Amino acid sequence: MAHEHKLEIFRGRWKFKSNTQKIWGVLGFLTFVTLIEVVLGIYKPDVLMHTWMSPFEGGFFATLGNILFSPIVYMKPLNLIFILLTIVKAYYITWDFMHMRDETGSMRKMVVWTGVFLICYLIFILLQEGGYVFEVYNGTDSLIKRDF
Amino acid sequence: MDSTVATGTEEKTWGGGNEPLKASYGKMMMWFFIVSDALTFSGFLAAYGFSRFKFINEWPIADEVFTHVPFLHGQELPMIYVAFMTFILIMSSVTMVLAVDAGHHMNKAKVTIYMFLTIIGGAIFVGSQAWEWATFIQGDYGAVQTKGGNILQFGEYVTVDGEQKFKRVSIDDIAIAQESDRATHERKNGLWFVDEATLPPYSVNEIYAGLMANENVLVRNQLLDENGHKTVLSRAESLKQIKENGKLVVKGANLQVNEYGTTLFADFFFFITGFHGFHVLSGVIINIIIFFNVVLGTYERRGSYEMVEKVGLYWHFVDLVWVFVFTFFYLV
Repeated sequence: MAHEHKLEIFRGRWKFKSNTQKIWGVLGFLTFVTLIEVVLGIYKPDVLMHTWMSPFEGGFFATLGNILFSPIVYMKPLNLIFILLTIVKAYYITWDFMHMRDETGSMRKMVVWTGVFLICYLIFILLQEGGYVFEVYNGTDSLIKRDF
Repeated sequence: MDSTVATGTEEKTWGGGNEPLKASYGKMMMWFFIVSDALTFSGFLAAYGFSRFKFINEWPIADEVFTHVPFLHGQELPMIYVAFMTFILIMSSVTMVLAVDAGHHMNKAKVTIYMFLTIIGGAIFVGSQAWEWATFIQGDYGAVQTKGGNILQFGEYVTVDGEQKFKRVSIDDIAIAQESDRATHERKNGLWFVDEATLPPYSVNEIYAGLMANENVLVRNQLLDENGHKTVLSRAESLKQIKENGKLVVKGANLQVNEYGTTLFADFFFFITGFHGFHVLSGVIINIIIFFNVVLGTYERRGSYEMVEKVGLYWHFVDLVWVFVFTFFYLV
Protein backbone atom coordinates (compact mmCIF):
# COMPACT_ATOMS: atom_id res chain seq x y z
CA MET A 1 0.00 0.00 0.00
CA ALA A 2 1.55 3.23 -1.04
CA HIS A 3 1.16 6.13 1.32
CA GLU A 4 2.66 9.28 -0.02
CA HIS A 5 3.34 12.03 2.43
CA LYS A 6 4.14 15.60 1.67
CA LEU A 7 7.42 16.03 3.43
CA GLU A 8 7.81 19.75 3.72
CA ILE A 9 6.41 22.30 6.13
CA PHE A 10 6.47 26.12 6.21
CA ARG A 11 5.58 26.19 2.47
CA GLY A 12 8.61 24.15 1.54
CA ARG A 13 11.13 26.06 3.62
CA TRP A 14 11.74 23.02 5.81
CA LYS A 15 12.06 19.72 3.96
CA PHE A 16 12.36 16.29 5.50
CA LYS A 17 13.74 13.04 4.15
CA SER A 18 11.16 10.75 5.71
CA ASN A 19 7.78 10.96 7.41
CA THR A 20 9.31 9.98 10.74
CA GLN A 21 11.74 12.87 10.54
CA LYS A 22 8.93 15.24 9.72
CA ILE A 23 7.02 14.09 12.81
CA TRP A 24 9.99 14.86 15.05
CA GLY A 25 10.48 18.20 13.32
CA VAL A 26 6.85 19.14 13.96
CA LEU A 27 7.19 18.03 17.58
CA GLY A 28 10.19 20.32 17.95
CA PHE A 29 8.22 23.22 16.49
CA LEU A 30 5.17 22.61 18.70
CA THR A 31 7.35 22.36 21.80
CA PHE A 32 9.04 25.60 20.84
CA VAL A 33 5.67 27.36 20.47
CA THR A 34 4.46 25.99 23.83
CA LEU A 35 7.67 27.20 25.46
CA ILE A 36 7.13 30.71 24.10
CA GLU A 37 3.60 30.65 25.52
CA VAL A 38 4.75 29.48 28.93
CA VAL A 39 7.58 32.01 29.15
CA LEU A 40 5.27 34.86 28.09
CA GLY A 41 2.62 33.60 30.53
CA ILE A 42 5.05 33.58 33.45
CA TYR A 43 6.84 36.88 32.82
CA LYS A 44 3.94 38.81 31.25
CA PRO A 45 5.98 41.65 29.71
CA ASP A 46 4.47 45.02 30.58
CA VAL A 47 4.42 46.16 26.94
CA LEU A 48 1.97 43.40 26.12
CA MET A 49 -0.36 43.94 29.06
CA HIS A 50 -2.17 47.02 27.78
CA THR A 51 -4.06 47.48 24.56
CA TRP A 52 -2.13 49.39 21.96
CA MET A 53 -5.17 51.25 20.66
CA SER A 54 -8.12 52.80 22.43
CA PRO A 55 -11.56 52.35 20.87
CA PHE A 56 -12.69 54.90 18.28
CA GLU A 57 -15.44 57.17 19.44
CA GLY A 58 -18.47 58.74 17.84
CA GLY A 59 -20.61 57.69 14.95
CA PHE A 60 -21.19 54.73 12.76
CA PHE A 61 -17.70 54.53 11.28
CA ALA A 62 -16.13 54.48 14.73
CA THR A 63 -18.26 51.45 15.59
CA LEU A 64 -17.34 49.85 12.29
CA GLY A 65 -13.66 50.54 12.97
CA ASN A 66 -13.93 49.05 16.44
CA ILE A 67 -15.44 45.87 15.04
CA LEU A 68 -12.80 45.73 12.32
CA PHE A 69 -9.90 46.26 14.70
CA SER A 70 -11.50 44.50 17.66
CA PRO A 71 -8.54 42.13 18.25
CA ILE A 72 -6.22 45.05 18.95
CA VAL A 73 -8.75 47.52 20.28
CA TYR A 74 -10.30 45.33 22.95
CA MET A 75 -7.72 42.60 23.54
CA LYS A 76 -4.43 42.76 25.38
CA PRO A 77 -1.63 42.05 22.88
CA LEU A 78 -0.48 39.19 25.11
CA ASN A 79 -3.82 37.42 24.79
CA LEU A 80 -3.87 38.03 21.06
CA ILE A 81 -0.43 36.42 20.79
CA PHE A 82 -1.61 33.43 22.83
CA ILE A 83 -4.63 32.90 20.60
CA LEU A 84 -2.62 33.23 17.40
CA LEU A 85 0.03 30.79 18.66
CA THR A 86 -2.74 28.35 19.60
CA ILE A 87 -4.14 28.48 16.10
CA VAL A 88 -0.64 27.89 14.72
CA LYS A 89 -0.33 24.83 16.95
CA ALA A 90 -3.78 23.60 15.95
CA TYR A 91 -2.78 23.95 12.29
CA TYR A 92 0.30 21.78 12.60
CA ILE A 93 -1.46 19.16 14.72
CA THR A 94 -4.23 18.86 12.12
CA TRP A 95 -2.04 19.13 9.06
CA ASP A 96 0.84 16.88 10.04
CA PHE A 97 -0.34 14.63 12.85
CA MET A 98 -3.82 14.09 11.45
CA HIS A 99 -2.38 14.00 7.91
CA MET A 100 -4.69 16.70 6.61
CA ARG A 101 -1.80 17.78 4.39
CA ASP A 102 -2.10 14.49 2.49
CA GLU A 103 -5.88 14.53 2.03
CA THR A 104 -7.57 15.89 -1.06
CA GLY A 105 -8.22 19.63 -1.14
CA SER A 106 -11.98 19.25 -1.01
CA MET A 107 -11.74 16.99 2.03
CA ARG A 108 -9.66 19.65 3.81
CA LYS A 109 -12.13 22.37 2.93
CA MET A 110 -15.11 20.27 3.97
CA VAL A 111 -13.72 19.82 7.45
CA VAL A 112 -11.97 23.14 8.05
CA TRP A 113 -14.40 25.60 6.49
CA THR A 114 -17.44 24.02 8.17
CA GLY A 115 -15.75 24.06 11.55
CA VAL A 116 -14.23 27.50 11.25
CA PHE A 117 -17.45 29.10 10.03
CA LEU A 118 -19.67 27.61 12.73
CA ILE A 119 -17.16 28.24 15.51
CA CYS A 120 -16.67 31.88 14.48
CA TYR A 121 -20.44 32.32 14.46
CA LEU A 122 -20.79 30.75 17.89
CA ILE A 123 -17.99 32.83 19.37
CA PHE A 124 -19.37 36.04 17.89
CA ILE A 125 -22.88 35.46 19.21
CA LEU A 126 -21.87 34.38 22.71
CA LEU A 127 -19.18 36.99 23.30
CA GLN A 128 -21.43 39.75 22.00
CA GLU A 129 -24.17 38.60 24.34
CA GLY A 130 -21.74 38.30 27.27
CA GLY A 131 -20.61 41.88 26.73
CA TYR A 132 -24.23 43.00 26.64
CA VAL A 133 -25.06 41.25 29.91
CA PHE A 134 -21.99 42.91 31.42
CA GLU A 135 -23.43 46.29 30.43
CA VAL A 136 -26.79 45.38 31.96
CA TYR A 137 -25.07 44.46 35.22
CA ASN A 138 -22.59 47.33 35.36
CA GLY A 139 -24.07 50.20 33.36
CA THR A 140 -24.80 53.53 35.03
CA ASP A 141 -28.53 52.83 34.89
CA SER A 142 -28.18 49.27 36.08
CA LEU A 143 -30.96 48.03 38.31
CA ILE A 144 -28.98 45.17 39.74
CA LYS A 145 -26.89 45.52 42.87
CA ARG A 146 -24.15 43.00 43.50
CA ASP A 147 -21.67 44.74 45.80
CA PHE A 148 -22.96 43.50 49.12
CA MET B 1 -28.49 -13.94 7.54
CA ASP B 2 -26.60 -13.99 4.28
CA SER B 3 -25.36 -10.45 4.65
CA THR B 4 -21.74 -11.60 4.45
CA VAL B 5 -22.11 -13.21 1.07
CA ALA B 6 -20.07 -11.33 -1.50
CA THR B 7 -22.20 -10.20 -4.36
CA GLY B 8 -19.36 -8.99 -6.46
CA THR B 9 -20.59 -5.41 -6.55
CA GLU B 10 -18.48 -4.03 -3.68
CA GLU B 11 -16.01 -2.35 -5.97
CA LYS B 12 -18.62 -0.64 -8.14
CA THR B 13 -19.74 2.92 -7.51
CA TRP B 14 -23.09 2.01 -6.00
CA GLY B 15 -21.84 -1.10 -4.26
CA GLY B 16 -19.84 0.62 -1.58
CA GLY B 17 -16.56 0.56 -3.43
CA ASN B 18 -16.70 4.27 -4.02
CA GLU B 19 -14.46 6.46 -1.89
CA PRO B 20 -15.58 10.08 -2.00
CA LEU B 21 -12.74 12.55 -1.43
CA LYS B 22 -10.37 9.58 -1.64
CA ALA B 23 -10.94 8.85 2.03
CA SER B 24 -12.12 5.48 3.20
CA TYR B 25 -15.51 5.13 4.87
CA GLY B 26 -14.07 4.73 8.37
CA LYS B 27 -11.77 7.71 8.15
CA MET B 28 -14.51 9.88 6.72
CA MET B 29 -16.85 8.94 9.55
CA MET B 30 -14.13 9.72 12.07
CA TRP B 31 -13.77 13.16 10.49
CA PHE B 32 -17.53 13.68 10.71
CA PHE B 33 -17.38 12.80 14.39
CA ILE B 34 -14.38 15.06 14.96
CA VAL B 35 -16.07 18.07 13.36
CA SER B 36 -19.20 17.61 15.46
CA ASP B 37 -17.20 17.05 18.63
CA ALA B 38 -15.13 20.13 17.86
CA LEU B 39 -18.39 22.07 17.77
CA THR B 40 -19.37 20.66 21.16
CA PHE B 41 -16.09 21.76 22.67
CA SER B 42 -16.19 25.16 21.05
CA GLY B 43 -19.72 25.50 22.45
CA PHE B 44 -18.31 24.93 25.93
CA LEU B 45 -15.38 27.25 25.44
CA ALA B 46 -17.58 29.96 23.94
CA ALA B 47 -19.96 29.61 26.90
CA TYR B 48 -16.93 30.04 29.14
CA GLY B 49 -16.13 33.19 27.18
CA PHE B 50 -19.72 34.38 27.60
CA SER B 51 -19.60 34.01 31.37
CA ARG B 52 -16.18 35.55 31.54
CA PHE B 53 -17.31 38.57 29.52
CA LYS B 54 -20.29 38.84 31.81
CA PHE B 55 -17.97 39.06 34.85
CA ILE B 56 -14.99 40.54 33.03
CA ASN B 57 -14.02 42.79 35.96
CA GLU B 58 -13.92 40.09 38.57
CA TRP B 59 -12.88 36.84 36.90
CA PRO B 60 -10.23 34.90 38.88
CA ILE B 61 -6.64 35.15 37.63
CA ALA B 62 -5.61 31.66 36.49
CA ASP B 63 -1.99 32.26 37.47
CA GLU B 64 -3.04 32.65 41.09
CA VAL B 65 -5.22 29.56 41.07
CA PHE B 66 -3.11 26.94 39.34
CA THR B 67 0.23 27.37 41.06
CA HIS B 68 0.93 23.87 42.30
CA VAL B 69 3.36 21.24 41.13
CA PRO B 70 3.40 17.76 42.69
CA PHE B 71 6.18 17.18 45.27
CA LEU B 72 6.98 20.90 45.41
CA HIS B 73 4.89 22.02 48.32
CA GLY B 74 4.41 25.64 49.17
CA GLN B 75 6.05 26.98 46.04
CA GLU B 76 4.17 29.21 43.65
CA LEU B 77 4.92 27.91 40.19
CA PRO B 78 2.12 29.01 37.90
CA MET B 79 1.70 27.17 34.61
CA ILE B 80 4.66 24.82 35.00
CA TYR B 81 2.59 21.74 35.64
CA VAL B 82 -0.02 22.47 32.97
CA ALA B 83 2.76 23.09 30.49
CA PHE B 84 4.17 19.71 31.45
CA MET B 85 0.75 18.10 30.90
CA THR B 86 0.47 19.78 27.50
CA PHE B 87 3.88 18.46 26.55
CA ILE B 88 2.95 14.92 27.67
CA LEU B 89 -0.16 15.01 25.50
CA ILE B 90 1.68 16.36 22.45
CA MET B 91 4.35 13.71 23.02
CA SER B 92 1.75 10.95 23.09
CA SER B 93 0.34 12.40 19.89
CA VAL B 94 3.79 12.00 18.38
CA THR B 95 4.08 8.35 19.43
CA MET B 96 0.61 7.81 17.99
CA VAL B 97 1.53 9.28 14.62
CA LEU B 98 4.70 7.19 14.67
CA ALA B 99 2.53 4.12 15.26
CA VAL B 100 0.40 5.09 12.26
CA ASP B 101 3.55 5.52 10.19
CA ALA B 102 4.88 2.11 11.31
CA GLY B 103 1.48 0.69 10.36
CA HIS B 104 1.89 1.99 6.83
CA HIS B 105 5.10 0.00 6.65
CA MET B 106 3.32 -3.05 8.14
CA ASN B 107 5.84 -3.13 10.95
CA LYS B 108 3.97 -4.90 13.74
CA ALA B 109 6.73 -4.66 16.35
CA LYS B 110 7.04 -0.89 16.03
CA VAL B 111 3.27 -0.33 16.01
CA THR B 112 3.08 -2.31 19.24
CA ILE B 113 5.77 -0.26 20.97
CA TYR B 114 4.41 3.09 19.86
CA MET B 115 0.83 2.20 20.78
CA PHE B 116 2.07 1.18 24.20
CA LEU B 117 3.90 4.48 24.68
CA THR B 118 0.78 6.37 23.58
CA ILE B 119 -1.29 4.58 26.22
CA ILE B 120 1.31 5.41 28.89
CA GLY B 121 1.29 9.08 27.86
CA GLY B 122 -2.51 9.18 28.02
CA ALA B 123 -2.49 7.55 31.45
CA ILE B 124 0.03 10.09 32.77
CA PHE B 125 -2.15 12.89 31.44
CA VAL B 126 -5.36 11.58 33.02
CA GLY B 127 -3.50 11.04 36.29
CA SER B 128 -2.17 14.60 36.20
CA GLN B 129 -5.64 15.91 35.58
CA ALA B 130 -6.99 13.96 38.54
CA TRP B 131 -4.25 15.54 40.66
CA GLU B 132 -5.16 19.01 39.34
CA TRP B 133 -8.78 18.42 40.29
CA ALA B 134 -7.84 17.19 43.73
CA THR B 135 -5.68 20.26 44.35
CA PHE B 136 -8.37 22.56 43.03
CA ILE B 137 -11.08 20.98 45.21
CA GLN B 138 -8.80 20.93 48.25
CA GLY B 139 -8.19 24.65 47.99
CA ASP B 140 -5.37 26.73 49.27
CA TYR B 141 -5.99 29.86 51.27
CA GLY B 142 -9.71 29.82 51.85
CA ALA B 143 -12.01 32.82 51.61
CA VAL B 144 -15.23 34.33 52.89
CA GLN B 145 -18.33 34.54 50.76
CA THR B 146 -20.55 37.56 51.20
CA LYS B 147 -24.33 37.74 51.18
CA GLY B 148 -24.18 38.93 47.60
CA GLY B 149 -22.11 35.91 46.59
CA ASN B 150 -18.82 37.80 46.25
CA ILE B 151 -15.59 36.24 47.44
CA LEU B 152 -13.30 38.03 49.91
CA GLN B 153 -9.75 36.77 50.27
CA PHE B 154 -7.05 37.57 52.82
CA GLY B 155 -3.46 38.66 52.54
CA GLU B 156 -0.83 41.04 53.80
CA TYR B 157 1.77 43.34 52.30
CA VAL B 158 5.28 42.00 52.52
CA THR B 159 8.48 43.50 51.19
CA VAL B 160 10.29 41.23 48.74
CA ASP B 161 13.56 42.63 47.28
CA GLY B 162 12.53 46.15 48.28
CA GLU B 163 9.19 45.79 46.55
CA GLN B 164 5.80 45.82 48.23
CA LYS B 165 3.91 42.67 47.35
CA PHE B 166 0.52 41.43 48.42
CA LYS B 167 0.97 37.93 49.82
CA ARG B 168 -2.05 35.72 50.41
CA VAL B 169 -2.73 34.54 53.95
CA SER B 170 -4.54 31.30 54.67
CA ILE B 171 -7.64 31.30 56.85
CA ASP B 172 -6.03 28.47 58.79
CA ASP B 173 -3.38 30.92 59.99
CA ILE B 174 -5.72 33.65 61.19
CA ALA B 175 -8.86 31.92 62.45
CA ILE B 176 -9.27 32.03 66.22
CA ALA B 177 -11.56 29.41 67.68
CA GLN B 178 -14.73 30.79 69.27
CA GLU B 179 -17.53 29.19 71.18
CA SER B 180 -18.92 27.32 68.22
CA ASP B 181 -22.20 28.61 66.89
CA ARG B 182 -23.41 25.14 66.12
CA ALA B 183 -22.25 21.59 65.46
CA THR B 184 -22.91 19.55 62.37
CA HIS B 185 -26.32 18.00 62.49
CA GLU B 186 -26.20 14.23 62.56
CA ARG B 187 -28.95 11.65 62.35
CA LYS B 188 -28.09 10.34 65.78
CA ASN B 189 -28.44 13.67 67.57
CA GLY B 190 -31.28 15.33 65.71
CA LEU B 191 -33.95 14.54 63.19
CA TRP B 192 -33.23 10.93 62.30
CA PHE B 193 -34.46 11.32 58.72
CA VAL B 194 -32.46 14.41 57.78
CA ASP B 195 -28.81 14.71 56.76
CA GLU B 196 -26.66 17.79 56.69
CA ALA B 197 -23.60 18.39 54.56
CA THR B 198 -20.30 19.07 56.29
CA LEU B 199 -20.09 22.54 57.80
CA PRO B 200 -17.32 24.90 56.69
CA PRO B 201 -14.05 24.57 58.65
CA TYR B 202 -14.60 27.88 60.44
CA SER B 203 -17.44 30.25 61.16
CA VAL B 204 -17.34 33.84 59.96
CA ASN B 205 -17.05 34.95 63.62
CA GLU B 206 -13.83 32.98 64.01
CA ILE B 207 -12.39 34.59 60.92
CA TYR B 208 -13.47 38.04 62.09
CA ALA B 209 -11.82 37.52 65.46
CA GLY B 210 -8.66 36.44 63.67
CA LEU B 211 -8.77 39.45 61.40
CA MET B 212 -9.14 41.72 64.45
CA ALA B 213 -6.12 40.10 66.09
CA ASN B 214 -3.84 40.26 63.03
CA GLU B 215 -3.30 43.98 62.47
CA ASN B 216 -1.54 43.68 59.12
CA VAL B 217 -3.97 41.33 57.40
CA LEU B 218 -6.16 42.93 54.76
CA VAL B 219 -9.09 41.80 52.68
CA ARG B 220 -9.13 41.91 48.93
CA ASN B 221 -12.20 41.59 46.79
CA GLN B 222 -12.52 40.27 43.25
CA LEU B 223 -12.62 43.53 41.33
CA LEU B 224 -9.67 43.99 38.99
CA ASP B 225 -7.94 47.38 38.90
CA GLU B 226 -6.48 48.91 35.74
CA ASN B 227 -3.27 46.87 36.19
CA GLY B 228 -5.19 43.61 36.33
CA HIS B 229 -4.68 43.09 40.07
CA LYS B 230 -7.42 42.40 42.58
CA THR B 231 -8.45 45.39 44.73
CA VAL B 232 -7.03 45.36 48.26
CA LEU B 233 -9.25 47.09 50.81
CA SER B 234 -8.10 49.35 53.61
CA ARG B 235 -7.91 47.95 57.13
CA ALA B 236 -11.12 49.63 58.27
CA GLU B 237 -12.97 48.60 55.14
CA SER B 238 -11.65 45.03 55.49
CA LEU B 239 -13.08 44.67 58.98
CA LYS B 240 -16.36 46.28 57.93
CA GLN B 241 -16.79 43.97 54.92
CA ILE B 242 -16.25 40.79 56.91
CA LYS B 243 -18.42 41.92 59.78
CA GLU B 244 -21.35 43.21 57.78
CA ASN B 245 -21.35 41.09 54.66
CA GLY B 246 -19.47 37.91 55.52
CA LYS B 247 -21.78 34.94 55.39
CA LEU B 248 -19.91 31.74 54.67
CA VAL B 249 -16.33 30.54 55.05
CA VAL B 250 -15.15 28.73 51.94
CA LYS B 251 -12.20 26.40 51.53
CA GLY B 252 -11.57 24.79 48.17
CA ALA B 253 -14.18 24.42 45.48
CA ASN B 254 -17.39 22.63 44.65
CA LEU B 255 -20.19 23.35 42.22
CA GLN B 256 -21.95 25.83 44.51
CA VAL B 257 -19.11 27.93 45.82
CA ASN B 258 -15.35 28.19 45.52
CA GLU B 259 -12.62 30.22 47.15
CA TYR B 260 -11.16 31.50 43.86
CA GLY B 261 -13.95 33.81 42.80
CA THR B 262 -17.21 33.59 40.92
CA THR B 263 -18.96 30.22 41.12
CA LEU B 264 -19.03 29.88 37.34
CA PHE B 265 -15.25 29.71 37.28
CA ALA B 266 -15.15 26.39 39.15
CA ASP B 267 -18.21 25.13 37.30
CA PHE B 268 -16.56 25.68 33.94
CA PHE B 269 -13.30 24.25 35.22
CA PHE B 270 -15.01 21.04 36.27
CA PHE B 271 -17.16 20.86 33.19
CA ILE B 272 -14.65 21.62 30.46
CA THR B 273 -11.56 19.87 31.83
CA GLY B 274 -13.82 17.06 33.00
CA PHE B 275 -15.34 16.59 29.57
CA HIS B 276 -11.90 16.69 28.02
CA GLY B 277 -10.55 14.25 30.62
CA PHE B 278 -13.43 11.94 29.80
CA HIS B 279 -12.39 12.09 26.14
CA VAL B 280 -8.81 11.25 27.08
CA LEU B 281 -10.00 8.37 29.23
CA SER B 282 -12.12 6.91 26.45
CA GLY B 283 -9.19 7.48 24.08
CA VAL B 284 -6.93 5.47 26.37
CA ILE B 285 -9.48 2.65 26.56
CA ILE B 286 -9.89 2.57 22.77
CA ASN B 287 -6.11 2.65 22.40
CA ILE B 288 -5.81 -0.35 24.73
CA ILE B 289 -8.32 -2.30 22.64
CA ILE B 290 -6.45 -1.46 19.45
CA PHE B 291 -3.15 -2.29 21.16
CA PHE B 292 -4.34 -5.80 21.92
CA ASN B 293 -5.66 -6.18 18.39
CA VAL B 294 -2.22 -5.24 17.11
CA VAL B 295 -0.52 -7.68 19.46
CA LEU B 296 -2.89 -10.45 18.40
CA GLY B 297 -2.08 -9.74 14.77
CA THR B 298 -5.61 -8.79 13.71
CA TYR B 299 -4.44 -6.01 11.42
CA GLU B 300 -1.50 -8.05 10.17
CA ARG B 301 -4.02 -10.60 8.91
CA ARG B 302 -6.35 -7.91 7.61
CA GLY B 303 -3.46 -6.56 5.60
CA SER B 304 -3.92 -2.96 6.71
CA TYR B 305 -3.38 -0.94 9.87
CA GLU B 306 -6.08 1.57 8.98
CA MET B 307 -7.79 1.04 12.33
CA VAL B 308 -4.70 2.45 14.06
CA GLU B 309 -4.98 5.46 11.78
CA LYS B 310 -8.63 6.07 12.68
CA VAL B 311 -7.98 5.82 16.41
CA GLY B 312 -4.98 8.05 15.83
CA LEU B 313 -7.26 10.72 14.38
CA TYR B 314 -9.36 10.65 17.53
CA TRP B 315 -6.29 10.79 19.73
CA HIS B 316 -4.86 13.79 17.90
CA PHE B 317 -8.20 15.49 18.18
CA VAL B 318 -8.09 15.13 21.95
CA ASP B 319 -4.66 16.74 21.87
CA LEU B 320 -5.99 19.51 19.63
CA VAL B 321 -8.80 20.29 22.05
CA TRP B 322 -6.38 20.41 24.95
CA VAL B 323 -4.28 23.01 23.14
CA PHE B 324 -7.35 25.27 23.15
CA VAL B 325 -8.39 24.46 26.71
CA PHE B 326 -4.84 25.25 27.81
CA THR B 327 -4.96 28.63 26.11
CA PHE B 328 -8.37 29.74 27.30
CA PHE B 329 -8.25 28.36 30.82
CA TYR B 330 -4.66 28.86 31.82
CA LEU B 331 -3.15 31.54 29.58
CA VAL B 332 -5.66 34.13 28.47
